[in-house]
Amino acid sequence: MLLRLLPGDPANALLSVGADAAQIEKAREQVGSNLPLWQQFLRFAGSLARFDLGTSFVSGKPVIEEIAARLTVTVPLALMGFLLSILIAVPLGILSAVKADRWYGGLISTVSQLGIAIPVFWVGILLVTVFAVTFRLFPSGGFPRRGWQNEGQVLYALALPVLTIGLVMGASLLRYVRSATQDVLGSDYLRTARALGASFPEALVRHGIRNGAVPIVSILGIELATTLLGAVVIERVFALPGLGSMLLLAIEQRDYPNVQGVLFISTLLVLLIGFGADLTQRLIDPRLRERAVGGSA
Amino acid sequence: MTGTIIGFGKTAGQARRARGATLAAATLALALSTSTAVFAEDAKFDPNASITIGSLYEPQNLDNTAGAGQGINEAFNCNVYEALFTLTDAGDVQPGLVAEQSVSEDGLTYTFKLRPGVAFHSGDPLTAADVKYSIERVTAEQSKSSRKKSLSTISAIETPDDQTVVVKLSARSISLPYNLSYVWIVNDAAKDLNASEDGTGPYRLDEWRRGSSLALTRNDKYWGTAPTNGEVVFQYFTDATALNNALLTGAVDIITSVQSPDSIAQFKDNPDFTVTAGQSTTKQLLAFNDRVAPFDNVKVRKAIARAIDDKKLLTSIWGEYGTLIGSFVPPTDPWYVDLTAVDTYDVESAKALLKEAGFADGFTFKLDTPNYDPHPIVAQFIQSELAKVNIKVEINVITANEWYTKVYKAHDFQATLQEHVNHRDIVFYGNPDFYWGYNNPKVVDLIKASEAAANTDEQTAKLKEANTIIAEDAASNWLYLYPQIVVSSSAVSGYPVNGLNSQFFAYGIKKSEQ
Repeated sequence: MLLRLLPGDPANALLSVGADAAQIEKAREQVGSNLPLWQQFLRFAGSLARFDLGTSFVSGKPVIEEIAARLTVTVPLALMGFLLSILIAVPLGILSAVKADRWYGGLISTVSQLGIAIPVFWVGILLVTVFAVTFRLFPSGGFPRRGWQNEGQVLYALALPVLTIGLVMGASLLRYVRSATQDVLGSDYLRTARALGASFPEALVRHGIRNGAVPIVSILGIELATTLLGAVVIERVFALPGLGSMLLLAIEQRDYPNVQGVLFISTLLVLLIGFGADLTQRLIDPRLRERAVGGSA
Repeated sequence: MTGTIIGFGKTAGQARRARGATLAAATLALALSTSTAVFAEDAKFDPNASITIGSLYEPQNLDNTAGAGQGINEAFNCNVYEALFTLTDAGDVQPGLVAEQSVSEDGLTYTFKLRPGVAFHSGDPLTAADVKYSIERVTAEQSKSSRKKSLSTISAIETPDDQTVVVKLSARSISLPYNLSYVWIVNDAAKDLNASEDGTGPYRLDEWRRGSSLALTRNDKYWGTAPTNGEVVFQYFTDATALNNALLTGAVDIITSVQSPDSIAQFKDNPDFTVTAGQSTTKQLLAFNDRVAPFDNVKVRKAIARAIDDKKLLTSIWGEYGTLIGSFVPPTDPWYVDLTAVDTYDVESAKALLKEAGFADGFTFKLDTPNYDPHPIVAQFIQSELAKVNIKVEINVITANEWYTKVYKAHDFQATLQEHVNHRDIVFYGNPDFYWGYNNPKVVDLIKASEAAANTDEQTAKLKEANTIIAEDAASNWLYLYPQIVVSSSAVSGYPVNGLNSQFFAYGIKKSEQ
């Protein structure tokens, strides 16, 4: 709703430079910007309840259709980047915690600090310069025209963006894995398990990872949500037609149905991810389940 | 009613192929022959090649009467939709879907005979009713076409038979064929032109993936010469660097219009790429508000024109590219006159003129500068140049939106910077209510008379005269003409180099077999 307080009537975006007052009035009627703000909001809320996100002012297509097309880019991109970051962060994080006294333990933490310090777009540009422009291994950007009808091409096109997200997100995740592992390493239960005769790897896998995973999962939830919403930058660097670039374009064109639609769907996704993270935590840690049952009794 | 009849014959269809200007010899050969003999010479190109064109201008929808933006002209003009007349890349108007035209002596009735045997992509034949519908679509109340006003002299359109269209005018309009080159001929039965198409051109729309690409495939039932490629894909980018990388890595074959001079270097001395510099119609202006002091004084305007070294400015922005112009008219307009000698760079005479005008000690003015490139740099350059003649420039940076409301609509400014992109737009100087407020009754008359001219020679003569007066009056300061730079992989050729009105004819593009 606050969006509508921005200067600039969406009707103007629809018209050519030489439009006269009558045409402007007509366009305002068409987009509904002639109504009082509260009526515009009621209209919006009403159609939202029916899962009708309206029609784009600019393209005339249903918003939900446009979002669906964009999600086929953003969701796989975020998920694959996310998976890659876990694959990078978990083994390396545990390694750097367990072998903190070795040279590579220190090296891993130093590199991860660097990864956090470097902005994501810069990593993207760097990867393009090295892997696309110099070595011609991957495309520098763009999304295949037929989309997922040709999975191979899509995976090829998404390789560098996924790598970018994986590296940057992996670097920050690594720190959490490392400190969680360090906590576990110093914990009483691990010492007890060792005293009861379990070998160090056995104790770590059986008790350590499970305990350490609880805070990691909540961080993962936040990171995944950030990746989905933060895809704007990556999508721009790699010229991908995702949700982020749709939002950017819609704001530029004052295409409010599209802006609201993207925000609505993004919020929905973030809530779903939060919910998923909660559920996962309960699966991992039986104590959380018991507490929940106890609370409701 | 006796009138002139101009028959275009059947070679017109082939002659219009001649507009791709880069390969003059090859295209001439094409124009002269319809047989495949020509292709023997050019045996190496792949007739079914897929050409990927990289562009920064994605259309907002697919209808040029619905505010789709310049991107739709780039993708669709003469590729998907054709018009009664065609504006060629060299700037001439040639017949398109018109086979024969006659004009009544009073110049108020145009009769067009349509080319026979033309069909829309849907299979419907082209009829006079489609043409009437198409013109009325542009002039309709809800139309957002930028050309609406120029067709306002049309008073009635009649269709005596399926192949004949009679256009009646309320006043003479020598530019009618030119203005009709902007009117796409669409099927009157077509639905949802925002997201689909039904034209007569050499390509059909295959798929539009919003935010990403727009694909056209060859129309095998095309009435004219078949395209020299099988498919054209416009790939859209929002970031110029990403677009350049795509060309560097072979993901696109051509960039339609390079806007950042710095990026040309990486392609220029590389044998894998071709850099072509054509002439755009985009003029960089220092526009004065001619209504207000001190810019209501011709001497002051001329002095400023002489105090600014346009050549140095152009070189510092575009290097070796771009053209100096002495007026608002670019070389691709038929009424171009070389006026670069008027008010050339001469600081001493600028000082003398200022003294005559009573500003020996200079003055201060506010320059409204749009916040996007290249305006801020141009503003600083002007500031330092004018300091030499004691004129102090206060740079006021504004957004595009502010420019529109403050300068264009409210005329609330002293001087401003702006780029003017249109072709044949000298007519703005004939409108005293235009934002710059230039008002010379002689020019107003000449421009009005030029539109009522009996033939194009008369029109050209009148506009040349008007153009010269406008330049002598230094109505504005025309800093330079942008270059139109197309960069391509050296495997492709045959694309338009001037890109007039953002058009990008794709049917002559050839890609060598690799």
